[in-house]
Amino acid sequence: MSNLTKKQRMEIKRQVMPVQDPKTRIKNFEEVALGYNEETAILEAQRCLQCKKPLCVEACPVGVRIPQFIKALREKDFTLAVQEMKIKNNLPAICGRVCPQETQCEGSCIMGKHSSPVAIGRLERYIGDYELAHRTCPLQKTTSTGKKVAVVGSGPSGLTCAVDLGRFGHSVTIFESLHVAGGVLVYGIPEFRLPKRVVHSEVAYAMDCLGIEIKTDHVIGRTLTLKDLTDEFDAVFIGSGAGLPQFLRISGINLNGVMSANEFLTRVNLMMGYLFPEYDTPVKVGKRVAVIGAGNVAMDAARCSLRLQSILYDSPCEVYIIYRRSRQEVPARQEEVHHAEEEGIVFHYLTNPVEILGGNNGEVKAIRCIRMELGEPDNTGRKKPIPIPNTEFEIEVDTVIVALGTSPNPLIFIGADELQRTRHGTVVADPLTGKTSLQKVWAGGDVVTGAATVISAMGAGKRSAEDIHRYLIG
Amino acid sequence: MKGYRILHKEAISDVTKLIVVEAPHVARNAKAGQFVIIRIDEKGERIPLTIADYDKDEGSITMIFQEVGKTTTQLGSLKVGDIILNITGPLGHPSEIQNYGSVICVGGGVGIAPIYPIARALKEAGNHVISIIGARTRSLIFWEEKLKAVSDELVVCTDDGSYGRKCLVTEPLKEILSDTKRTISRVWAIGPAIMMKFVASTTEPFKIPTIVSLNTIMIDGTGMCGGCRVSLKEGAKFVCVDGPEFDAHTIDWELLLRRLSYYRDEETYSLQRYKHKCNLDNL
Ligand SMILES: Cc1cc2nc3c(=O)[nH]c(=O)nc-3n(C[C@H](O)[C@H](O)[C@H](O)COP(=O)(O)OP(=O)(O)OC[C@H]3O[C@@H](n4cnc5c(N)ncnc54)[C@H](O)[C@@H]3O)c2cc1C
Ligand code: FES
Repeated sequence: MSNLTKKQRMEIKRQVMPVQDPKTRIKNFEEVALGYNEETAILEAQRCLQCKKPLCVEACPVGVRIPQFIKALREKDFTLAVQEMKIKNNLPAICGRVCPQETQCEGSCIMGKHSSPVAIGRLERYIGDYELAHRTCPLQKTTSTGKKVAVVGSGPSGLTCAVDLGRFGHSVTIFESLHVAGGVLVYGIPEFRLPKRVVHSEVAYAMDCLGIEIKTDHVIGRTLTLKDLTDEFDAVFIGSGAGLPQFLRISGINLNGVMSANEFLTRVNLMMGYLFPEYDTPVKVGKRVAVIGAGNVAMDAARCSLRLQSILYDSPCEVYIIYRRSRQEVPARQEEVHHAEEEGIVFHYLTNPVEILGGNNGEVKAIRCIRMELGEPDNTGRKKPIPIPNTEFEIEVDTVIVALGTSPNPLIFIGADELQRTRHGTVVADPLTGKTSLQKVWAGGDVVTGAATVISAMGAGKRSAEDIHRYLIG
Repeated sequence: MKGYRILHKEAISDVTKLIVVEAPHVARNAKAGQFVIIRIDEKGERIPLTIADYDKDEGSITMIFQEVGKTTTQLGSLKVGDIILNITGPLGHPSEIQNYGSVICVGGGVGIAPIYPIARALKEAGNHVISIIGARTRSLIFWEEKLKAVSDELVVCTDDGSYGRKCLVTEPLKEILSDTKRTISRVWAIGPAIMMKFVASTTEPFKIPTIVSLNTIMIDGTGMCGGCRVSLKEGAKFVCVDGPEFDAHTIDWELLLRRLSYYRDEETYSLQRYKHKCNLDNL
């Protein structure tokens, strides 16, 4: 098959991703997308035209060598494919599962103009899973430099930065406030999208190969301050994410049954609340759940709710997404929206909550909403939603989950007033190097950009690692 | 092994236990009024416990808890040498200790433990300290001597009259506040939420600044989930980062009490299941 013509390649259909049936999967937390097998992966890889000027690479925030890894894959040289991948992306099993490929690599794939883009994300996942199973491409450390670097936060930015610094031969310690490493990958994104074993395995592997130390239970700003770290280490990278939930300023927001998506997802994913009472942390949803927002966080909250309902109740239940713009503007990954629709989540578009109504015991009874229409584009370029007068209506619900975005957690800034920040609370850092206004301190990921993506956080961690390395050996 | 070792353990009343745990990372910066989040094992939940005392040289912290739910009961069953998997802290703001003049410290039930270091610090700062401690019944009163040693006056009461005065803590509190010969500058109260609510309504007519330490449901303890939020006159606050101490007169107590009871059924179930399992194990 290696000598296919361009025409032959273009005739191969995009390989379908096998998934768990929607009726079955809403009753479990197991992975929805099951992954290609060797045959489908190679067939899909045959579709790549090996463009001379690959637009996909330009559209990838870290510039993964896409044509090269796909070529190796279809020639069944999986080890080489892994090596090609890892030049730019150390966590392919994670990115293959959670990147918004439709707006990045796949969105630019020339095949998309013809029929449908090469399933780059799925191939990336295939290679990532191959590496997880075989570990053919160990992370290698150059000779020790004797320099010490502290990394705050163990999400994608911190992990990537730590791994690259470790490879350069520096001694790295990660400080993480939670009891487990991974950041949003373990506390936010659910098991059915990104199995925890993938994250745990990548973390353990990095620690084993590179001797990176992870100190969990350390809240920087409280347990130690940033100053303590700059005193003790030669450089510090802040990758503490954007974990502070925003609540709506509407009445009823503190009723029983209203919670942030962060709380709900933390109970479900980090604390394994769906396995209560086997695990100690309880998590509750009612039979009618409203999730406010339509980003990845909202989709995850809605789909976790659905699964919990099937564990808790026999009678029919409903989950609603309430979003003030229309389907076109939905910020979540396409695949998640598609899966959510398949699973029976009800979408209320052009709808905005105005009040949460409570019953006699202070529990949620209903949510009052107003219809919206789209006006002129605002400064973000998106059409601004405007309320339509006299269109208020109520939806009966017993749980409300607010998924309207997050901002950086300010705890880390305690005692670090000199660290320059924007009025949104994000850290000011050089976009090319991650250097902040403080000596010896770099930052990257959501703490700089506000809530963004796994891959952009990884890219930032990588750029900072390079700059820190230059600084340390220079 | 990963985790934090229990160095010392004491039963200080029928249902109240004290443990000293090796946790140098917490002890190093701990101050009175702060708390930790603990998780006993892989399947455990994260719960907040006040740092009752700390020893920077030994690198240890002391925690006192009442065995009320599954996690605290399990914690109470651990022995010296056993490991607590996770301890995060110190969290929250320390108590604001100054010389205010005359102050009252009210401790109810297990709240007697965290009120002690505050009373001691207030005494050391030069205050005239009046302590009032109370519990349902005699066997739940502890640390009377310790409190006596750091207080200028001490009142002990029990609901059932089995020890000290037969009354709620608010009764002596009100008497002292009504005494026109005295000027009380500040009141601290730590105990069950319902007690703190009544302390707040007792001191409010006298317009005496009253500080309470809230023990809401928490998960992370770092401002990440908002599960611990309370409603104050000035708006919603996160107990874990903005507290745990707040001006008692600005708190929406009804809401607080309701939110505390949100998981009551699950908590009861979990405890029953745990006790049942322990009984089977002991057969
Ligand atoms: C539910 C959910 C679903 C998402 N889905 C997707 C998706 O499908 N695709 C995608 O690309 N992106 C997704 N995102 C966004 C993506 O996860 C984030 O952009 C990314 O994780 C940011 O990485 P980070 O390293 O900057 O921060 P984080 O992943 O947030 O990690 C920060 C870490 O720092 C720790 N920390 C914070 N403060 C301190 C402190 N003071 N001391 C010590 N440690 C601290 C935190 O506990 C955390 O572990 C999702 C986000 C959420 C919440
Ligand atoms: S406990 Fe999660 S925000 Fe306070």
